[in-house]
This record gives sequence, structure tokens and C-alpha cells, in this order.
Amino acid sequence: MFRRLHEPDGQSVSIDFEGEIINVAAGETVAAAVLAAGAEHSRTTPVTGATRLPFCMMGACFDCLMEIDGIPNRQACMVRVENGMKVRRQEGKRRLEA
Amino acid sequence: MSDTVDFLIIGGGPAGLAAATLADELGLSTLVLDEQSEPGGQIYRGIETVHPKTLSLLGEDYGQGAEIAQAFRKSGAAYKPDASVWRVDEDGMVAYSHNGKGATAKGRRLLIATGAMERPVPIPGWTLPGVMTAGGAQVLLKSAGVVPSGRVVVAGCGPLALLVTQQLVTAGVNVAALLETTRIGDYFSAARHLPKALRARNYLSKGMKMRRSIRAAGVAIHSGVEKLAAIGDNRVQSVSFQSGGSQSEIPVDSLLLHFGVAPNTQITRQVGCDHEWYEAQRYWRPIRNEWGATNCDAIAVAGDGGGIDGAVAAALTGRLAALDAAHRHGVIDSVERDRRATPIRAELGIHSAIRPLLDALFTPPRDICAPKDNETIVCRCEEVSVSDLREAITLGAMGPNQLKSFTRCGMGPCQGRMCGLTVAELIAEANGEPVENVGYYRIRPPIKPVTLGELASMSD
Repeated sequence: MFRRLHEPDGQSVSIDFEGEIINVAAGETVAAAVLAAGAEHSRTTPVTGATRLPFCMMGACFDCLMEIDGIPNRQACMVRVENGMKVRRQEGKRRLEA
Repeated sequence: MSDTVDFLIIGGGPAGLAAATLADELGLSTLVLDEQSEPGGQIYRGIETVHPKTLSLLGEDYGQGAEIAQAFRKSGAAYKPDASVWRVDEDGMVAYSHNGKGATAKGRRLLIATGAMERPVPIPGWTLPGVMTAGGAQVLLKSAGVVPSGRVVVAGCGPLALLVTQQLVTAGVNVAALLETTRIGDYFSAARHLPKALRARNYLSKGMKMRRSIRAAGVAIHSGVEKLAAIGDNRVQSVSFQSGGSQSEIPVDSLLLHFGVAPNTQITRQVGCDHEWYEAQRYWRPIRNEWGATNCDAIAVAGDGGGIDGAVAAALTGRLAALDAAHRHGVIDSVERDRRATPIRAELGIHSAIRPLLDALFTPPRDICAPKDNETIVCRCEEVSVSDLREAITLGAMGPNQLKSFTRCGMGPCQGRMCGLTVAELIAEANGEPVENVGYYRIRPPIKPVTLGELASMSD
């Protein structure tokens, strides 16, 4: 698990992670926010359903894929948090809404 | 809509920033496309926004990034953050996504300064939650002041493993052990590079100081570690390893892996630059001349994306590429270009002097390059294991591209970034041929996921 060295001073924003409202530091990535919130996993794999968390944090490994504001397959380590953002785990393959 | 500039740069790390600053000073219209939200790249990640408390524990070298970022901000070079490049053409045309919209930009000269990424580390259990790259943990620290809680073990080899261990210890993280695959004997065999490396003795003394302070902080350092494995069900619970002939297991909450870095060659490959295999560190790098120019007429490469040489050298090679761009645009003649390059090359020589020693000391271990354990996952995206690959190779898959069709290895969203090196090593080993003959995946655009909406928005 992860912890913050200091509470978000200055601006913080709130995001909705799996229905829970959490306060996170403005400017940080969704991946950092989700890890600091103690998430056990951020996605499950399409092939075996194994749980994963972000691995490289720099946009290379694609293990941090999440559904952000309704759009699946987004790299959580490359997207910055915004107030009111809705973040969901990506379970298995991404879904295409009709 | 497409912006055309004299000098287009992809990447906002030290190479890209230093190149842009100098190019602007020389009068070239310059634009930097950066996938990150602020200048600095990964090495100086968060340099403009880092919390003062975090800054103090990251150390002096990181702090130097502020100067490079400030000089760039003061220059007239244009900056586009959050710009994710997904296609590059040989004539310098670049397609990218920015805030959910597709866009293009064209450089009469294009500099690819996309840096390095950590080498893939296919050990048993490396896909478990709780296992992360050491560089990834450092990004969390720099950009968000977030650190692993509970018991942490850092395993691998290379300067970054030492640095991250030291930074985490300073931050008050409970680092139980540093597991080095480097053996004591490696220090002796690397010592033959010492006379040259003494020119860069600053690096040497820093490394030794780090090691001492890690030990002094009570972190157990195990050398010559082999057979690393992450163990756990839905998350990592312990790390097992062999050292000095005995088997050990340490309970962990976080396992941070690092086995050196390799150039990120996605863009240079996609656009068609020629690459060569660098045997000492077992990675591919684009072939460049002394100015960073590649076989693609309009394209140069600077920084670690052209071969690992560190942040200071990256800025220097960025400046050389900027001088060459100004010369090609007729702004300075070759005499002036060479005159200005002389002190830069002298400094580069000093910083590069340490590399042969580091390369010899921190050679990635054989079983990290070509994993032995059959169950180990090689392709994290499609969950393809060593045995799946060996089977396909036995069936006659000759190269990485064929292996991809056989197994889907490299076909997932990371597009082979996490398995490309491993796959080539496994084929080479099975067929008894050099890796350079095996080659690499053919990388095609889009090299980052792009939505239909982003494509549609480009029509105007």
C-alpha cells in the first residue's frame, strides 16, 4: 500500500472512485490518487481476470488502464485528477457502449 | 490545423528542454510536444511543482533540473504539454492527441527526445499488485509525495536502485532490504574501467556515499542475489531469492524492481530509423552521427532515447542537435557550429567516461534478460508465459513478429514495450543466434491509443 508524506496543502479536489468520494491533491495523476487511497487493484486483466495495479507510472506499461469519466482504456498515470471526476476500475476487456 | 516550425521536439526532459532553449536563442522557431503536464521528463518529473519537503529529500542532482526548466520557460520556445504523440512521418510531420482532440505539427527538422524506460523485469510474480518498478515509485514520490507504506524491498541493479532506496529511506519509508544482483566479483571486473571513470569521479563518490548511507540507515544489503521471485495470491506478500548459496524469503508489502534503463525506441522504430544492438547493456538504440542525426533526413535523436548516458549528457546532446539544426537551416555555418560544439563535447566526454564502468558493473543478469522459469509471464498485457513462447519457437516462429501472430505476445495495449527485449532474447537463446539477428517487433502507428473522436476532430 501507499501513503502520503504530507496532506494535500493548497488545492485539493474530490473525485469519485468506485462510488466513494475521496479528497486528492490537485495536479496529481489519477494513478497516484488511486494508490494513495489504498486501492487493492485498479483493473483486472482481459485474459485471466488477474488483479493489477499501476506498474511503471510513466505511460509505458498500460497496467494502469481505468475507466475515467465513462471512457475506458485510459492510462491513469497520464491523466490528471479534476474535480468531480468519476474513476472506475476497468474489469476485464473495455466495454463499448452502444 | 498544422503548425510548421523550424525545429520540432518530442519530449520535455533535459535533452528536449536544452535543445529548445538553444534553438530559440539561435533564432529557430521551436515547439516542444510533451506527453507530461510540465517540463522535466521523468528524471526531473515534477520539478516545478514539487513540495519543498519532498525536494529536500530528493537530493541535489534532481534540484539541478530547476535550472534547465527555468531557462526553457524564459526562452521563446513554444510548449505544448499533455501532447501524446501517436504517429511520426519521415518528413517531420507529427500527429498527436491533446485534451481529447487530434492535431498535427510539422518540423522542418524534428528532434526525438523521448528518453528511456526501465528494462522489463520478467521474474515470477512481477505482475502482482504491490510489485512496481523502482522508477515508478520514484515518480510517485516526485510528482505526488506518495510513498509505499509498510515493508519495502528494492531489488535489482543499477544506479537508480541505489538512489531510490536512499530517497525512500530519507523519506522515512521502512526499507527492509536492498537485494543487489551485482556480485562482489563484478566490482573487481568493472575496476579495469576505473582510470577512465576517474574523470567522472564525482559519480563514483556519490555512488559509494549512497551505499554507505543506506547501510547506515539499517537497510540490509544482499549482493550476488539470484532467482528473485515475488510471491503472493492477489498481491505480493513476500520476495524470495538466493544469495551465497542459501535460500531466503522476506515478507513485503511492496517490492520495487529495477534492472537499469533502456532507450524508448517506439517512435524511432515507427518512423523507420535504423537501430543497433548494444551488447554491453543488451538494448537497442537508434544509429546516430555525432550530432544525433539518423538515417531519416529530417530526424535527429538526443538524450537517453539514443543510448543511456544520464540526464547531464542528455542536455548536452540536445544542445548538439540544436546546433546542427541551426546549421542545416543556414543560421550558422559549419565553422560556427563546430566552434560552439567544442566545449559541449568536452563536457560530454567527462560525463560519458563513467559509462563503461557502469555498463560492466550493472550488466543485466542473464535470467532477467531471458527468464528460465516456464510459468513467468513475459507479456503483461496478453499474459503470455515463457513456456507459451518456447513452445511457439519450437513450432517454428522465427522472429518476434511471427511469435506475435503465434501467441499474441506484444499485441496488447503496451505494444511490446514490456516484452520486446525479452522476446528477442528468448528467440536468440533457443535458436543459438545473436539478438541482433533476431531483431525487434515492427512498430506501427498509432503508437499510443487514439480514439475515433480524436481522429474525427482532425478533419477541420
